[in-house]
Amino acid sequence: MAEKEVSLIKGNEAIALAAIRCGCDGYFGYPITPQSEVLETLAAQKPWETTGMVVLQAESELASINMVYGGAGTGKRVMTSSSSPGISLMQEGMSYLAGAELPCVVFNCMRGGPGLGTIQPSQSDYFQTVKGGGHGDYRLITLAPSSVQEMADFVDLAFELAFRYRNPAMILSDGVIGQMMEKVVLPGFKPRRTEEQIMKECPWAATGRMGRTHPNIITSLELQSEVMEQNNLRIQAKYKECEEKEVRYEEYMCEDADWLIVAFGSAARIAKKTIQLARGEGIKVGLLLPITLWPFPTRQIEALGRKVKGILVLEFNAGQMIEDVKLAVGCSLPVEHYGRLGGIVPDPDEALEALKKMI
Amino acid sequence: MTREEIINTGELVYKKPELLNETPMHYCPGCPHGTVHKLVAEVIDDMGMRDKTIAVSPVGCSVFAYRYIDVDWEEAAHGRAPALASAIKRLWPDRLVFTYQGDGDLACIGTAETIHALNRKENITIIFINNAIYGMTGGQMAPTTLLGQKTVTCPYGREVALHGYPLKIADIAAILPGTCYVTRQTVHTVPAIRKAKAAIRKAFEYSLQGKGSNLVEIVSTCNSGWKMSPEKSFKWMEENMVPFYPLGDLKDTGKE
Amino acid sequence: MTNEIIISGFGGQGVLSMGKILAYSGLMEGKEVTWMPAYGPEQRGGTANCTVIVADEAIASPVISSYDVVIVLNQPSLDKFEPKVKKGGAIIYDSYGIINPPTRKDIRIYKIDAMDTAAELGMTKVFNMIVLGGLLKICPMVSIDSVLKGLRKTLPERHWDLIPKNEEAIRKGMEIIRPV
Repeated sequence: MAEKEVSLIKGNEAIALAAIRCGCDGYFGYPITPQSEVLETLAAQKPWETTGMVVLQAESELASINMVYGGAGTGKRVMTSSSSPGISLMQEGMSYLAGAELPCVVFNCMRGGPGLGTIQPSQSDYFQTVKGGGHGDYRLITLAPSSVQEMADFVDLAFELAFRYRNPAMILSDGVIGQMMEKVVLPGFKPRRTEEQIMKECPWAATGRMGRTHPNIITSLELQSEVMEQNNLRIQAKYKECEEKEVRYEEYMCEDADWLIVAFGSAARIAKKTIQLARGEGIKVGLLLPITLWPFPTRQIEALGRKVKGILVLEFNAGQMIEDVKLAVGCSLPVEHYGRLGGIVPDPDEALEALKKMI
Repeated sequence: MTREEIINTGELVYKKPELLNETPMHYCPGCPHGTVHKLVAEVIDDMGMRDKTIAVSPVGCSVFAYRYIDVDWEEAAHGRAPALASAIKRLWPDRLVFTYQGDGDLACIGTAETIHALNRKENITIIFINNAIYGMTGGQMAPTTLLGQKTVTCPYGREVALHGYPLKIADIAAILPGTCYVTRQTVHTVPAIRKAKAAIRKAFEYSLQGKGSNLVEIVSTCNSGWKMSPEKSFKWMEENMVPFYPLGDLKDTGKE
Repeated sequence: MTNEIIISGFGGQGVLSMGKILAYSGLMEGKEVTWMPAYGPEQRGGTANCTVIVADEAIASPVISSYDVVIVLNQPSLDKFEPKVKKGGAIIYDSYGIINPPTRKDIRIYKIDAMDTAAELGMTKVFNMIVLGGLLKICPMVSIDSVLKGLRKTLPERHWDLIPKNEEAIRKGMEIIRPV
């Protein structure tokens, strides 16, 4: 087997190149720091000349997410990307996508808020992402890459999950992973599906009737409450199945751990270094790294919680994921939070201090 | 006499288009939406495009347009129909793609999407029903409400100092280089209906031929919101709306 | 072996691209590498920096607390990063515009007059490569060959004629770096 080519690229570039390679049909986006390289890379690559992928710079994030809705409603693999303030603007659209049960991928390269905030990295959109964001009872399947390799790998995975559950999937990253360069092996080329394949795989899609006896309607509207409740229950049943089957996580040095750090994305990278430093000083600490933030690895954290003396939740925010960790372990052991705000990325020494303080 | 007996008299001179299904419309009696729906359905069938049409409905009175015309539809968030249509047309270039929108949806909350889709030269058609009022939510002021016109949110009449001016979207569309065909029509008389149908057909054909974006504005009425009989509404429209929103083609660059 | 380095200076001095070239050189040798910029409008005239890690093993965190080598090309960078050099680590500074040179006794201090040299020899465009040469002299983490291979990988072919100029700059840097 030929050795796979290793590239050294930014996380944002990996998202763009992986999209072209995984048979993505369309990208619609609006520039915002720190993720503009996604659209810039796509524009430079000109995939419309090779795979036939559509790339369009929209007039706003509102337009971007609604272009995604339009494309997703026809069964195509479509995506957008933005950073926190732009993602806030997209929330209405994501609620509509979830309500109309449409698959799509949204990449959020988080920056610090609230408001216009800062362009520096943050993880303060955790609540917005996994607790709803837009209106109504819905969830986003959420993948949190902690390396440039995972940025590349999760684009296809996000599409697979989005289509399996007919629901939007979010890749939740931040300015650290988006802007850093790291070694990556890009996925191989997967052809875009033909129109016939799309119509076969997505019999619900508004593709034009093409001989179908009935028209297909994409909508989230239903004025009769009894029917709307049934629609909601169907969506909730789907979420339950997703919670049972799709939890993904990584354990790092947990076998003999007395203490546990829970961290996702770039914070998990810092946590790994912190753990190396701590173990150098004889402190046995491990890491539980949720890869899916929704569905959340509740059971795994609960199980580890029974083995350790305390949990430190390391996240670049004022304490958001800590709520889900506390829900997992109840009041059975101390759960502390350490994080920095406003775009400051805590370094491993700081995190080690926080860990020692808890111990 | 049953419905079938009436149809089977052998003297049928007029029938509703096949694409218009049997679902009873929710529109108020006298509302022009039904007429425009019929025209759209006829044109799609006349062009043989029923299998290759993807339509986008708005938020507003015509939100349920998808219930009546048997083509594939997507229902958009308020104002965003042109964004959906842009993506759909780019992803399915051989499809007939159009939006059907009212003045609140298109000329207010969705102005940005409207202007940019038109000016990007998206090969789509926007059917724009301008009745100068928010019908669905109960008769509030619209961006196209005329000066002096009373609505529940300008109960003493629209005035410039309080509400600014009515917006002429078609005039704006006509100066955009991305548009191919911009026209303003009505459907309140038989000749007007025939002209409106020809305009819709022309717009659909241009969009299929890749000539650019097309806007067909139908100056319309809302007898419920205006609190007038349908007959009086049409008279009021002729006397007040048409002078401000003059009829005819504002632009046609599609002619060979 | 792990080399944790930060390069800091003014935007426009080629700080970020120097870090990238170093990272690419590491990649050419099959090493693990990360390149993490302080990104944003700083790139346009303010201070800019990037952290580069070149290692034999998987790199846990691209963000670190202290560095094996700190390269500072202006006073604010020197003030900020001198305290973050690991004990026994090194700091390299260009004396151009530096009023208060480094003072720590527990680290190695090197001076490289890259700015003046570049101006003298008409090499201002490859100023950052002179600095890189200095770094490779005191901390030979990658070979010059790998740097040149990395350049070939990153530069568009129409710019390959600039590679000899870059090599010259690296060798010049190796020559002029001085312990203080």
